[in-house]
Amino acid sequence: MQSTSRSFKANAHRALNDAVLQRALGNIKTGFQEKRRKVVEALPEFDALRDCGRDIKNHTLAHLDFYLERFEEKVIANGGTVHWCRTPAEARETILAICRRREARTVTKGKSMVAEEIGLNEFLEANAIEPVETDLGEYIIQIRHEPPSHIIAPAIHLTREQIAEDFRRHHTELDPARRLEEPRDFTDEARAQLRDRYFEADVGITGANFLIAETGSTVIVTNEGNGDMTQLLGKCHVVVASLEKVVPTLDDAATILRLLARSATGQEMSVYTTFSTGPRRPDDLDGPEEFHVVLLDNGRSAMLGTQFQDMLRCIRCAACMNHCPVYAAVGGHAYGWVYPGPMGAVLTPSLIGVEEAGHLPNASTFCGRCESVCPMRIPLPKMMRHYRTREFERGLAPPMAKGGLAVWAFLATRPTLYRFVTGMAARVLGALGRRTGRFKSLPLAGGWTGVRDMPAPEGRSFHALWAERRGGR
Amino acid sequence: MTGAGPRVGLFVTCLVDLYRPTVGFAAVKLLEDAGCTVEVPAAQTCCGQPAFNSGDTVDAKAVARGVIDAFDSYEYVVAPSGSCAGMIHEHYPELFADEPETAMRAQQLAKRTHELMSFLVDVMKVERVAAVFPGTVTYHDSCSGLREMQVKAQPRRLLGSVEGLTLTELPSAEICCGFGGTFCVKYPEISDKMVTEKAQDVVATGAGTLLAGDLGCLLNMAGKLSRLRAQTKVRHVAEVLAGLADGPAIGEPAKD
Repeated sequence: MQSTSRSFKANAHRALNDAVLQRALGNIKTGFQEKRRKVVEALPEFDALRDCGRDIKNHTLAHLDFYLERFEEKVIANGGTVHWCRTPAEARETILAICRRREARTVTKGKSMVAEEIGLNEFLEANAIEPVETDLGEYIIQIRHEPPSHIIAPAIHLTREQIAEDFRRHHTELDPARRLEEPRDFTDEARAQLRDRYFEADVGITGANFLIAETGSTVIVTNEGNGDMTQLLGKCHVVVASLEKVVPTLDDAATILRLLARSATGQEMSVYTTFSTGPRRPDDLDGPEEFHVVLLDNGRSAMLGTQFQDMLRCIRCAACMNHCPVYAAVGGHAYGWVYPGPMGAVLTPSLIGVEEAGHLPNASTFCGRCESVCPMRIPLPKMMRHYRTREFERGLAPPMAKGGLAVWAFLATRPTLYRFVTGMAARVLGALGRRTGRFKSLPLAGGWTGVRDMPAPEGRSFHALWAERRGGR
Repeated sequence: MTGAGPRVGLFVTCLVDLYRPTVGFAAVKLLEDAGCTVEVPAAQTCCGQPAFNSGDTVDAKAVARGVIDAFDSYEYVVAPSGSCAGMIHEHYPELFADEPETAMRAQQLAKRTHELMSFLVDVMKVERVAAVFPGTVTYHDSCSGLREMQVKAQPRRLLGSVEGLTLTELPSAEICCGFGGTFCVKYPEISDKMVTEKAQDVVATGAGTLLAGDLGCLLNMAGKLSRLRAQTKVRHVAEVLAGLADGPAIGEPAKD
């Protein structure tokens, strides 16, 4: 996917001035946040579970090669194939080759952020293969030709009215006067549209929430059952997953599953949790004839052993973005690539470069709410700061900021001079602002006074007053 | 009055020094009332957070070294700010991780450093203050204080002992106000959206005064409230607890 992360500011400007988008984003607080709070409060051991989840992932990442090779052995033993892909291009070509061999004309797809990362849909379309998204949110944005704006709720930037309009425009064979108001109406209509597509499809592509080394299974969680239909009804099941999704055992997956749905949607469990272990066996009643796992690296192995390794613990629950005030203000599209919000602010520069995505780790107040809800205890603000450090060290920070910091640091390391300067500044600004108590504009402070007043200082610096008072004692 | 209690070095913070010395004097009064001997080392400037959060590690370290030196001899270091206390408590050890000797001093300083409200209640076991403040207030939990220094119940407990004061909780109290240090000038439009929502929530509580424990957030919220022509007054919580809330509130004209 082509990134527009460089234009984050312009993207954010557009988003902030889009009244319909702002209305749609208003739902995040009452929806995700409130639901997560309730379900977490109901589980006293939630924080202990977070520690377990973190430890499982840390252990796995420390032995990633071992567990990935175990996983592959098991997949092969089950009759499937693992395709190791370093780059998005390799992954796309691998999937295309499978589709060509199956003479596929349509493929159904379960929701997969890795498929977005490798730009799979556009690539398949360009090669005369029609991808059909089967997750309701993905289906909606596919007919709108938009990328997802959220990693678990891809159409969260839309209002019901917009979706109703899209459905009426796209499903012209249906009664134009039909009711399209409640989520159920949209689900029923999309299901009816998709029913035959599942049977027509030659290949079903899904993502994976986990890859289990001890069994060679892949796991997906959905709430619509579309993932099951995609992988069971197609004759060939292709799982596209990034390599950090592996966990050692079924028990480990079960532990992290207890964290995942609670953190994501505020459910105790997702409605469907589906384990896929190889292709159909002779005695099975159904299942695909072929089972492939396309394992994508795309820069992740380069994060191992660096200060960004902890990011590979991420289980894509979206709790960080659901609780991020910046995400709530601008929505997911402003971030300009596949992964938005705090996890995107760390992952995006890791995968596509800090030159391209330098804005994202900067556009945070470091309020820390993301880290406080992260089920994997990923220190997101700290890693965003690491990117700021990289940027600064490479001289990529804006010259004004660098100049300002240099002057400030010169003073802040010279206390006597500092006290003199701040004492003067307090007096001058205090005198100028005495009558009104605030400034509506100040030279060099347009970033502040453009949107809010600058309260005036009281008029003397603390250190000046303290010296006088203590001197007088 | 100075007591027989611990010797406390007050980390004034650069914003209190420049903008609102009243907060510094309020902190001194509260600490002395709690029995502490308060000293204000003259060699202090800033905690170094602006550089640290801008990725300028070299300057952040240079400023932090000054703080470590200036506060070396105190039993406790207390700041009327969760953000600056959090910088020293959480981030100094991390900043010097690659310099073992300074790292050890940073860790020792970190252990001795507290945010004012938390120090009064958790360390000095203060249960009540002798202050009067007639009126309804609401309280914003500044992010660093809340999440790095676990400041939540302490200011509410002390406010509960102020005569005449009623606390109406702010529903979005734990959501960032949009200050974020340099964030507010680097991304003013996003910051504006955040602080506008915060200001609207504050006004909706009907409280006459907004309190918080960090001057950065307070300047941001006070600036927005006055830009929106709201009547809500804005003060640091220490001013109210110390009985020093007679003067102009943040952004109010001087009383002549």
